[in-house]
Amino acid sequence: MNPIGTEPYVILSMVLFLLGALGVLMRRNAILVFMSVELMLNAANLALVAFAREWGQVDGQVFVFFVMTVAAAEVAVGLALIVNIFRERRSINIDDLQQMRG
Amino acid sequence: MENLPLLVPLVIFAPALGAAINFFFGARLEEKWSGYVGCFASLFSFVISLLLLTYVTGANGAAAVVNPPFFDGWLRIESVGLDISWQQRVDSLSVTMMLVVTGVGSLIHLYARGYMHGDKAYPRFFAYLNMFLAFMLTLVTANNFLMLFVGWEGVGLCSFLLIGFWWDKKAPEGWKNSNAARKAFVVNRIGDFGLLMAMFLIFWTFGTLDFYKAGELPNTEAKYLVKWREHNGLLAHVEDKDEEAKDSGQAKEYKCAPATAEAHDDHADAKSDANPLASDIRALHCDNSRFENDMLGVFGQTSARFGQGETVDFGGFQMAFDDVIVLIALFMLLGVTGKSAQIPLFVWLPDAMAGPTPVSALIHAATMVTAGVFILVRSNVMLWELNHGGYVIGLVITLVGAGTALMAGYIALGQWDIKRVLAYSTISQLGFMVAAVGIGAYVAAMFHLVTHAVFKALLFLGSGSVIHGVEHGHHHAREHDRHGHGDDHAEHHDDEEFDPQDMRNMGGLRRRMPITYLTYLVGTLALAGIFPFAGFWSKDEILADAWHEGFELNELSGFIAFGVLLAAAAFTAFYMWRQIVLVFFDKPRSEAARQAPESNGAMLIPLLILAFFSLFIGFINVPKATPLFDGIYHAYEFKYFLEHSLVSVSRGHSLDFNILIAGVALALGIVSIMAAHRVYKGKGLASDNRDQLEAGGASAPLFRLANARLYWDEIYSALIEQPFNRLSRFLADRVDWDFLHDYFHDSLIKRGFDTIGELLSRPFDLGIVDGAVNGLGIVVARAAEWMRRSQTGYVRFYAVALFIGVVAVILLMIMPFIQIMLQSGA
Repeated sequence: MNPIGTEPYVILSMVLFLLGALGVLMRRNAILVFMSVELMLNAANLALVAFAREWGQVDGQVFVFFVMTVAAAEVAVGLALIVNIFRERRSINIDDLQQMRG
Repeated sequence: MENLPLLVPLVIFAPALGAAINFFFGARLEEKWSGYVGCFASLFSFVISLLLLTYVTGANGAAAVVNPPFFDGWLRIESVGLDISWQQRVDSLSVTMMLVVTGVGSLIHLYARGYMHGDKAYPRFFAYLNMFLAFMLTLVTANNFLMLFVGWEGVGLCSFLLIGFWWDKKAPEGWKNSNAARKAFVVNRIGDFGLLMAMFLIFWTFGTLDFYKAGELPNTEAKYLVKWREHNGLLAHVEDKDEEAKDSGQAKEYKCAPATAEAHDDHADAKSDANPLASDIRALHCDNSRFENDMLGVFGQTSARFGQGETVDFGGFQMAFDDVIVLIALFMLLGVTGKSAQIPLFVWLPDAMAGPTPVSALIHAATMVTAGVFILVRSNVMLWELNHGGYVIGLVITLVGAGTALMAGYIALGQWDIKRVLAYSTISQLGFMVAAVGIGAYVAAMFHLVTHAVFKALLFLGSGSVIHGVEHGHHHAREHDRHGHGDDHAEHHDDEEFDPQDMRNMGGLRRRMPITYLTYLVGTLALAGIFPFAGFWSKDEILADAWHEGFELNELSGFIAFGVLLAAAAFTAFYMWRQIVLVFFDKPRSEAARQAPESNGAMLIPLLILAFFSLFIGFINVPKATPLFDGIYHAYEFKYFLEHSLVSVSRGHSLDFNILIAGVALALGIVSIMAAHRVYKGKGLASDNRDQLEAGGASAPLFRLANARLYWDEIYSALIEQPFNRLSRFLADRVDWDFLHDYFHDSLIKRGFDTIGELLSRPFDLGIVDGAVNGLGIVVARAAEWMRRSQTGYVRFYAVALFIGVVAVILLMIMPFIQIMLQSGA
């Protein structure tokens, strides 16, 4: 019925997730870290949708909608934080933000 | 009418409220208003007492027992069966006392408004006076010994406060006042110990402290009761019932209904029973034999159990019931000697004259000091049983009373202080009452109590008026002197020496103070027992009863009482006339007396009222067959009134007027007065301000002995006070300071403590305890120092940590699958 199986989606999702994770771990720019987080989220979404299709159930798709909604809200909050941090210190290098060091 | 006894709590409440108002708000009230509050409270109680009198006379003498609201179960410890309620008793005896206390008390309140005018502690004075009334009325309306004791101690407290009322005067005077107050308190404490012991014995023996239980009849033989029963056909009725009861063997079926007037009774109850106190009347036709012993009060049990050969178990030992009653009576007598100023505890009363004169009149003459006589009369059942059981307790009481009467009368002959003469006179008259109780003449004792309260209050208030006048005269004289000769230092020094109470500074006041003089004369004649003044009747009744007891019944106590009291009565007339002559007759002996003004109306009106009653109060108990009085007035009115409360009255004697005794007593009084007149009139003082008796050779040592008050104080000082002081000094210096403080405390305890403390503090506390606690702290600090390095502050570090953690968790979760894969692969 469907020429493409589930595996390619999962592999793509894995690649995207790894890219996002590496971005989060290695980038210094807060916005880029943020974007990487979004990438990871969407990788997860892709995996969910793929498995939902595999099993023919709608749960995974519904779950994806929730994840997107929450992600949108999170972006709004996160960007606001970043803007404020920038105003405060003229930098969004996350390595500069280490006041909480023990 | 039947509900009238329910008013009796107000009798106490009104003066208590007055005291509270004057105490808490007195400073903000005007002098006038705090006086009004005090007088109103007192008069209110008097009116209630009159209403209660109408009840008692209207109810055929039936006593009412009232439980005031809020006081239910006043003292109740269920586990030991102790249940003492705050019960007030309205019977003829308590109503008599209430009328005396509130009647004389009200007049003295009115008088005090004038006497205390301008005193800076005016509201405090009225607060104390009202408080005294409240406690005194608690005492006389009590239906149990504990409540009586509350009043007893309360009046003692008020007496203390009022004797020392002027404690804040300048140095010697203030000390004298506060010492007198303390003396009164301490001496009374000895008496209170006696009363307390009597109460303990009573509770142990009878299991109750109630005088009579509700519904119990004190005197089933009272004349009016018998008449009333005959009239209503109840006597026969009762006998019928008795027969029935005996036949059926169920005597308890006809038990008397309790005649309690419960204050919190609702009206429904009252309606169903037309007369809520009718149970009292119903009680009339049952006698107390229908009660079980343990349902009776103290006195009912006494008459039921006395002479039955019972024993009382005191745990360690046993004692015959009759002997316990003797002990109770003796301990009670000790209490009486304290409060009623008898030998050997009378020494506080003369010193108590340091208080303001209205206080001396109210507390130390008319009311509080009669509490002892009252408690003896209240306990007449015990004394009656003892006297008729062959015990000599009556003789002991007679000896105490008659001895006191004679001794105090003799001392009064040699006193110079106008109030001290009256104080010794009071002691002497209280001796008359106690002696009357001793010979079993309880009505005579109460009668003398009533008349004495009236005329002695009159005399004290009169002496207050005299002192007031002389004090004012002294101020006048000093002013005059200043204007005349300028300020003379020698004269000024003399001022402070001037004693306005010393009769040597008086004389000739008859013209300056005519109304005071006339009323004082009435009081003197009443006290001296001159016909027809009040004292004549009451003293004559005591003497007649003593005569009867001694010469007709051959009782030793009667002989002693008759002889000694007759002599004391002669002394009474002599010292009172000496006082009249020294104060009012002849020429003034000081400038102060020459210029003394008459007192104002506030003080004179009570004097006039009291003088009126001193003349007429004696008619309440005129003996039978008295010439002039026979037929125009009821004979023995007071006696028949009291017989409902006193068991012994109807069993005792009811004597006709004995013209011989009355004549002898009257003649003796008149002779004494004439003798005093001859000695003092027109002569004033002998040389060196000495008394005429002191100047005359033969009588000089006698006078000096009386003047020195028979050295009672000195004897007590040598016998009790000085050994006591030596003992306490020894205990303080040697035992407490040298031994306990220096040796035991400092050497033993302190050094031992120091050693142990040293041991505990350094090695143990500092070493082990502190080491453990500090060590723990150091370990924690080191660990934290090491662990804090993990917190770098780099976001990426946390992210890596998180990532590694997630990977680890995932690996852990898929480990089984990996194992399966590996196995299958292998």
